[in-house]
Order: sequence, then structure tokens, then C-alpha cells
Amino acid sequence: MPAQPLLQFTGKSIYCTVADAHIDPWIPVDKAIITHAHSDHARWGSKHYLAHKDSEPILRLRLGPDISLQTVEYGEKFVINGVTFSLHPAGHIIGSAQVRVEYKGEVWVASGDYKLEDDHVAVPFEPVKCNVFITESTFGLPIYKWQPQQEIFSEIDNWWAQNKSEGKASVLMGYSLGKMQRILKNIQLQDDIIYAHGAIFTLNERLRAAGFDLPELTLVTRETDRKLFKGSLILAPPSVDSSTWIRKFNPYSLGYCSGWMALRGAKNRRAVDQGFVLSDHVDWPDLNRAVKESEAEKVYVTHGYTSIFSRWLNENGIEAGEVHTMYGNEDESEEEEAVQDISAGQESYEEHKESLDEDTVSHSTDRAL
Amino acid sequence: MKQFAELFMNLDRTNKTNAKVELMKQYFLSASDEDKLWALTLFTGRRPSFKVNRTQVKEWAAQEADIPMWLFQESYHSVGDLGETISLILPRSGTFDSDKTLTDWFYYLGLLPGMTDEEKRDHILQAWMQLSQHETFVFNKLLMGSFRIGVSQTLVVRALAEATETDPNVIAHRVMGQWDPKDTTFEQLILDKGENDNASRPYPFFLAYPIEGDVSDLGDPADWFAEWKWDGIRSQIIYRNNELFIWTRGEELSTEKFPELHFLADVLPNGTVLDGEIVSYMDDKPMPFNVLQTRIGRKNLSKKVLQEAPVAFLAYDILETNGVDLRGLTQEQRRAELELVHQNVPEQYTFNLSPLIDFQKWEVLHELHGLSRQNIAEGFMIKRKSATYQVGRKKGDWWKWKINPLSIDAVLIYAQKGSGRRAELFTDYTFAVWGEDGKLVPFAKAYSGLTDVEIGQVDYFIKRNVVEKFGPVRTVKPELVFEIGFEGINESSRHKSGIAVRFPRILRWRKDKKAEEADTLDALKGILEVYK
Repeated sequence: MPAQPLLQFTGKSIYCTVADAHIDPWIPVDKAIITHAHSDHARWGSKHYLAHKDSEPILRLRLGPDISLQTVEYGEKFVINGVTFSLHPAGHIIGSAQVRVEYKGEVWVASGDYKLEDDHVAVPFEPVKCNVFITESTFGLPIYKWQPQQEIFSEIDNWWAQNKSEGKASVLMGYSLGKMQRILKNIQLQDDIIYAHGAIFTLNERLRAAGFDLPELTLVTRETDRKLFKGSLILAPPSVDSSTWIRKFNPYSLGYCSGWMALRGAKNRRAVDQGFVLSDHVDWPDLNRAVKESEAEKVYVTHGYTSIFSRWLNENGIEAGEVHTMYGNEDESEEEEAVQDISAGQESYEEHKESLDEDTVSHSTDRAL
Repeated sequence: MKQFAELFMNLDRTNKTNAKVELMKQYFLSASDEDKLWALTLFTGRRPSFKVNRTQVKEWAAQEADIPMWLFQESYHSVGDLGETISLILPRSGTFDSDKTLTDWFYYLGLLPGMTDEEKRDHILQAWMQLSQHETFVFNKLLMGSFRIGVSQTLVVRALAEATETDPNVIAHRVMGQWDPKDTTFEQLILDKGENDNASRPYPFFLAYPIEGDVSDLGDPADWFAEWKWDGIRSQIIYRNNELFIWTRGEELSTEKFPELHFLADVLPNGTVLDGEIVSYMDDKPMPFNVLQTRIGRKNLSKKVLQEAPVAFLAYDILETNGVDLRGLTQEQRRAELELVHQNVPEQYTFNLSPLIDFQKWEVLHELHGLSRQNIAEGFMIKRKSATYQVGRKKGDWWKWKINPLSIDAVLIYAQKGSGRRAELFTDYTFAVWGEDGKLVPFAKAYSGLTDVEIGQVDYFIKRNVVEKFGPVRTVKPELVFEIGFEGINESSRHKSGIAVRFPRILRWRKDKKAEEADTLDALKGILEVYK
């Protein structure tokens, strides 16, 4: 009788039967191993959580200060019911990890979200050899090929300098968790004071308190003198472009950092002045490289261009199957966000901003990356 | 090329009219005269054809990127634009150091038509290797066309007028008609103040605005002319230097397409320009547009076609007599002049005046408006008697008062992703009505009519309610109902429904209706019976 697979796709998580542990469950469970703190992977309500130690400040911020959370270092082994688990750097955001699962000589890796380029914030991705590799495919089409990040950061630097010379504010949108820390660590800070929306400000404070080397941000409040915005940089989550909040920065230029900005259509639809093609996910060449370096005999493709990428792998001699999960698909979550904005209207957005109830702010404005 | 590619990307990025004009103006102020002329060629829709086969170009790009064709197609569906897909998919291993100008590239492309397939391939690959991603994208647009960047001719004219400090009306006139960047110069075309204008050059058309509010708001009826708004092809007929030219509004020289009107060369005095509508015409009355449609686009006008869909010209304005520009005269004066010219032409059913409608009160016009469809008209044109003939769409003197479109409630059943600004969003829809067997029968495709917010909501629904995939097309759970408007209806053997509608578009989203409450094919056939 063939043994059942080490990890299974149960429709509510990636599940290890032998250990009775779930990876990134989307419903409350007993034991949840979390790849990273984005809200589509780290969901509320489980009894016990296990994650990398760098994820702790964010998980406590988002899931509640009192959650039962065990943290580990990268490479540190822990055994549940004879199954050996360890977390390995995924390079996606602070604390992001691939979960390596070993049992009776068979190794599976659930990689969560990842990228191969070193962003100087997250610990860089490390390839983990395995028999079965579970990969995302958010940008799993050959049209997605990122430029070296330094080129993008220079673009941002120039854009800010240009706006400054024209007396305009630079409002830069991107996901609060991940993208914003990456930007702060890599662009040239042209001012001492960098302004931020509440969602980003709160997260930044938490991470600084936890010892991460990030610059201090200044929260934009109703009282902030509007004249101060002239020429300065304001960091904001991606949903603000349809809010009234943004009007206070007039005159401003609106920039957006996202892998989706690679396409003209997406850029024009967002109606941003400047799209910066910056993603925390692997592009097509790196996706293929990661699969290759895992040396896996079998690959499961989750969120993104699942059917396309698995067909491509199969045609190239790597057995692959597509799996439907509730993770990411940034495309969809972005759409969801847009729809939410429409239904929520602008007042509620103002409320978010004012209330600064940390959990709700970061939770609802920064949907899944 | 770098400069032009930058202009293109910047134009693409903004949807503010003033910003677009400013960008083009700066380009016209800084680019070389040669490049300006080629840019103008593109902006006014005169891109030369280089006789390349799109399928071949796709294959070359896929080979170069080392991916199978199906993966290329999937990528194309996601991007929605072929030129852009290729620019993204090519390996970034080139030199990107080309300093060729826009003009150089046009001459480079000009070599293609004489080449073998193999040579074409090498020629194009060589170009791709030298260009950055954005430049490759623009190059592909030059190569394969569809150069849409949301810049209307009016905006180009405005930018050019500002850059050269010339009256926009003069510029509008100069860029019209037949010219080829290979045998003119920017100087000659735009700046030359001499009267060496070529004989075929049409005048810019004066276009009407849709009427706002009630027609009676226009004031004293005695100040206005009213004519039927004909459902044909707006055209200018020019007879100069013993040569006849027929221009359609799309700025196409279509003289050969209308042999019925060639007799005008024998009867019009030299230096005459008429404005009017070419319509299908049988038994002394106009026919619906779909009769005319059967001969548009045909290369060979067979005897049969000419017999089944004859045309006539309904003149309603005159812009030039004896070589003198009449556009500064009033509508009333021009009408008198037009009637004079018409009187002097021996009677021919193919050349008629568009009659003025007799009305002393707006109420009379209101009543007649209801008879538009019976008169094979789309409503009325209302023209101020004191109006000069202006350039482009101007408010105030010419109004169009159109009849409401026919409409029917239909269910959304298929969707496909759009392109350009709408790439990655499902925006191309197919609609169906209920057939006798209780099945939905598709009858129209429509792209426009929803707001961006609605498009977002419909897209959200579609992505969660896909039933089947056929290539780029998704079968969607039949749930959403829309009111679909159309201008005309006709029998069609090509469509499953047996019906073809003209200019279908979404009038509104019937959120109040369930799919079962949508209209039936019978209802559609009922409309056909009344209006065919």
C-alpha cells in the first residue's frame, strides 16, 4: 500500500498528517507553522503558532499580543511526532521562511512566498534540496523579468529629487509589510523627516522596537502642517489613491511599487504618475532557477499562474501539479482591495487613519502581498 | 528613438489632456524636423505598412525567448498587446545602444517589403537586440501598427500649433489629406505659407455636439436649420484641377469606392468642395446603414454589389466654390451657394441635397423626431443659420439630436480580457438572450459603456464565476444582466441568433434584474420585424 504523501493539500492548509501540523492554515487549527506574517499566510485564530523569530513582532501586532507563539532560528530543527521540521530563509520579507519537512528520508519544502535577490532587509533566500518542492507562481510568466533592484531604487531617487525640484510631494505606495522596509533601506533618504501613513508607521515602530535597523518615520496626522509636505516623501499603502487622505499632499506625484507595474495596462489602470517595477516575489528566471536548485523530482505549483507554470515544468521534464490554495494571487487580492475601497467608501478610510487602532489599521489596509 | 520612445511612454502614462499637449509640444520644439514629420505621420494615423506577418513575428519572438508558442500566447493574453508582449518576453541580452533616430528606423523598416522571410527575421531580430524594452515596444508599434495612445488629431494639432505659433485651424488643414513623409518635409507641410497646397487636400470636418437638454432651449426656431441626421458615411467631395477626390471622415481617400459619384467630375465646376453624407439609396430614398455595410471594405465592387447596394450623396454644405474658401460665410449663405451649385448640375438621383425641414415651432420638430427611424435617419442635425464652418467638434452652432437607441436586457455569458489600459481585466463581454428552448443564445459583443468602478466589480464577479476556459475566453456563470443598446438590427446568417445588431453597447447594469428576467430571442426578433 502506498504511503500517504508527507504533506497534503486539504483545502484548509498544507497539512502534515504524521505531525498533525498545518503550514499557513486559512482556518483556525491546533498547530500552525507560519511561513511569513502577510495576512494571507498568517491567519487569525489558531491555538499554537510557530514561526521564525523575526516574524514575532509582526505576528503579535497582527494576530494579537497574547497568541501562543514559539519561535525558531533559521536551520534550527524541531521534531513533531518523529517528523523533523526546520525553517530556511525565503528572502521575501522580514522573518519569511521556507518550511523543510523530513520524514523517513523524504524531504518536502513548502516555500511560502520568496525571492532570490538580496533585498538587504530579509535574510537572503537559501536553496534547500528536497524531493518535493511547493512553490508560488505569482509572476510565473516569461513576461516578468525584474531589473536589478538598484536600477529601480535609482529611479525612485530620481523621481523624488525631480518632484522636490518642482515643489511637489512624493507619495509612494507599496505594501506596508515588506516593500516599505525594503524601500527605506535602499533608497537615498533625501530628508531627515520621512512621512508615513498610520499602517506603515505602526509597523515601522514595532520593528524598530524589536531591534531592526530602520529609520524613524513621522506619522501624518490631521494636525500635520500641510506646507511641510512640499518636496518630502510620504509612504502609503496601495489603497490610498482612491481616498480623500491623499488630497492633503497636493501638489503631489503618485508612485507605486509593485511587480504588476511591469505592464502598461496595470500601470495606466492604477492611474499612477510613476510605476516602479519592484516585487518581493521571484520573477520568471528566478522561479525556474529556484525549482532547479531545489533538485526536486516533483513540484507543486500554488498561487499565481499555477496551470501555466506546471505545464511548462512538465514539458521540461519536471513532474509538476497545480494546487489551489487561498494564498496570495496578488492580482486577486489587489482586486479585492479595490472592491473593498469602493464599498467601504472614504469616510471609513478616514476612520482607520484616525483611530490608529494598530491591529485594525495594519490588518485591513495591508491585505495580502 | 530614445526621445520618441520617451514621448510615447509619457503620453501613455497621463490621461490629462493639457499634459499630453505639453508633452507633444515639447517634442515638436526639440526633435529634428525629420523626426517631427515621422511622429506626425504616426499621430495622424498614416503609419506605412511594412508587410510583415504578425504570426511570423510572434514565432520569431518566441524562438528568441526560447519558449513554446502556447506560453507566448498565454503571455499575450495576460498583457493584451502584442508589441508589448514581445518587448517583455525577449531576452535582455542585447546591447541597447542604438542611437538610430525615429526616421532612421522608418527607413530601416522600409527595407522589409523586399526581403525574404529569412532576411526579414534577421532584420527584425537585429533591431530588437539594439533596443531597450521600451524602445522595443515602440519599435514593434511602428512595425505592426495599431498606434493608439489616446491622442486625438485635435490634440496633435493643438500641440503643433502652439509649437509653431500658428493658427490651429491652419495646422488642422495642413495635416489633412494625402502626404507622405518620404516626399515632403516638415517645412513644406507645416510651415510653408505659400499656396502650393495639393489639390486633393480636404478641409477639416466640422462636427456636432450632442444636444443638451431640450431642443427648445436653443431659443428662437427662426435662427436654426434642421436636417435629418443621415446614417451613412460623412464625406467630402472635392473637384479641383479637373480631378475628383472623395474623402471620408476617417480621412481615407475613397474615390474608387463610389463609382456612382464619378459623374460629378463632369458636372461640377473646378474648385468645388462639398460636404455631405454618402448613403445607400434605392427607389429615391435612403436605405439603412447595413445595406451600405455590405460594400464597405470590399476590394472588388462587382456588378452585383453595385446593384444591390447603390449609393447616393446627400449634400448639406459647401466649403469651396471657384477655388474660394467659403467656410467664413454663414450657414445660410453657404446653403444658398450649395443650392445654386446643385441647380446647375443636371438632375441625377445620386446627387441630392439633404432637405431642410420645415418647422416654425420646436413642437413640430419634436413630433417629426419620432418618425426618424421611418425616414432612415438617426434623428436631426440642428444648425445655427449664422454659423461659420468650423474645425473639429465645437459646441454651440451644430447640434445632433439623436434618437434613443433600441435596447434589450441581456445576460453576460462570455468574457475576455481587454487590452491596453484594460489588460488583465475582463472587459470584453458577450451577451445572450433566452431562446425558445430555454437556452441562452449569444447575440452581441460589447466593450464599452461601464464606468471604471463597474468594470472593476464585473471583473471581480467574473474572476470568481468562471465555468469554463476556451483559450482567452471564459464562460461565466449567467447571472449579471445588462441593458444593451444598439443603433440598428438586421438578419444575419453568420450569427447563431440569426440576428446582427449595429453598434451594440452597454447602456446600464440592471442590478435589479435576475438572469431569468432578461429578454428573449423572440423579443429581439420582434424589434427586427419593426425596424428591418
